[in-house]
Amino acid sequence: MTRNLRQQASDALTASGHYLWSGWGSLASLGIFLAIWELTAQQLGPLILPTPIEALTTLRGLFESGAAWPEIAITARRALAGFGLSVVIGSLLGLAAGVSMTASMMARPIITVLVGMPPIAWLILALLWFGAGDGTPIFTVFIACFPIIFVGAMQGTRTLDGQLKEVARMFGLSTWMKLTDVYLPHVVSYLFPAWISALGMSWKIVVMAELLSTEDGIGAALAVSRSHLDTAASMAWIVALVGTLLAIEYLLLEPLKRRVESWREFASSSN
Amino acid sequence: MLEDIALNVGEGEAVALVGPSGCGKTTLLNLAAGLLTPWEGTIASSFARPAMMFQQPRLLPWKRTLANIGLGLKARGVGRAERDRQAAGLAARMGLTADDLAKFPGALSGGMQSRAALARAFAVGPDLLLLDEAFSALDIGLKSELYRLLAGERAAHGSAVLMITHDLMEAVRLADRILVMSGSPGRIVAEHRVDTPVAARDEAWVFARTAEFIRWPEIRAAFALPPLEGA
Repeated sequence: MTRNLRQQASDALTASGHYLWSGWGSLASLGIFLAIWELTAQQLGPLILPTPIEALTTLRGLFESGAAWPEIAITARRALAGFGLSVVIGSLLGLAAGVSMTASMMARPIITVLVGMPPIAWLILALLWFGAGDGTPIFTVFIACFPIIFVGAMQGTRTLDGQLKEVARMFGLSTWMKLTDVYLPHVVSYLFPAWISALGMSWKIVVMAELLSTEDGIGAALAVSRSHLDTAASMAWIVALVGTLLAIEYLLLEPLKRRVESWREFASSSN
Repeated sequence: MLEDIALNVGEGEAVALVGPSGCGKTTLLNLAAGLLTPWEGTIASSFARPAMMFQQPRLLPWKRTLANIGLGLKARGVGRAERDRQAAGLAARMGLTADDLAKFPGALSGGMQSRAALARAFAVGPDLLLLDEAFSALDIGLKSELYRLLAGERAAHGSAVLMITHDLMEAVRLADRILVMSGSPGRIVAEHRVDTPVAARDEAWVFARTAEFIRWPEIRAAFALPPLEGA
């Protein structure tokens, strides 16, 4: 048993080692990105593109004056509400559609339309339906994320290995066990990437929606700084936006994904 | 696909279906397993605990080996501690180490995966074990090791076995009764009873009987072998 624990501990260490090492790679590419930004900003001048230092100083000013947090919180609330709605509804409907061949056939053209429809078109409709307020950005985020998650869930169910289904039947697994021991682990490996790309999507869409439809949130703050020709503030808000997204993805979703799909990691690293 | 098949497996009996690829062996086995339902005809089974070992190990990739072996027990509502104990005991007899049991199947070698698959089938204490060319992809050393494990577990549980194979030698080695199938439509063309007890079948005996067997006209016809000169 101790041997077992030690093995698990060393597996975990190796896994987090890989994670940290990949973190160094990301940091290096981030450094290169900042360097290019700095050089370009020096060429163009602060009115066109402020340097990273200027943007970060402005951002710090926004935080210190207490202006940043409320706006970030409002934007986050809208993005997460729309994202959460599409996660729940998109996953459930996608799973249901994947189970039935007819339902997946019927869903296909609708999904094509949903994917093809530009978010800005939805935004216009949402403005007409919900007016200025939380409804518009939340709806736009939801409708933009929904098809991604729906397709992920549907493909997850459709690609379920027929051979493993036979194993489940042969060993007399109950419906509940089939779900928790066979279907869900497989489906999650399709759902998770879909959730992550939908989350990135929600963050972009929410700012666009706010820019055009609301008085508060990061998008509205961007609109204000643009109308003042305040490039440094615009850059600061963009940095805040991207920073929040990176934090959620790398601190929350990525570790979660690693944990849920540890079997994939171990399987590939030891072969 | 299948025509006029009357197949009966008695309690504790080992029946081998041999035949060329595509003759409907797997269909027949899936019918017996209840994975398929026949268009015509009936399947009656009084076996309460069938288990199957497939051609590929088919372990669940997201479950550790121990949990994979205990899958059938879990489905029967055996508690976790008890099924882990039983699975670990069985796995030890199958030559799997505690280390292997803590791994995910993807990290096991093919041979270890096959052992785990056999252990998973035996974990439920089956009264009928269905083998779908379960050993065909394994090397001869591993095959003979698994034959030995199979014989041991069969002796312990008195399980009946219905196996399909295209390996005549495997059929001669393991079966009490060998049925020869030929294709399109699949039907049983010959039946042969092997009376020597499995334990008494040594290598020389198996080779001799297989050599004798392969001279049969029915078998040569079923596998589309040319007729023997002077036969």
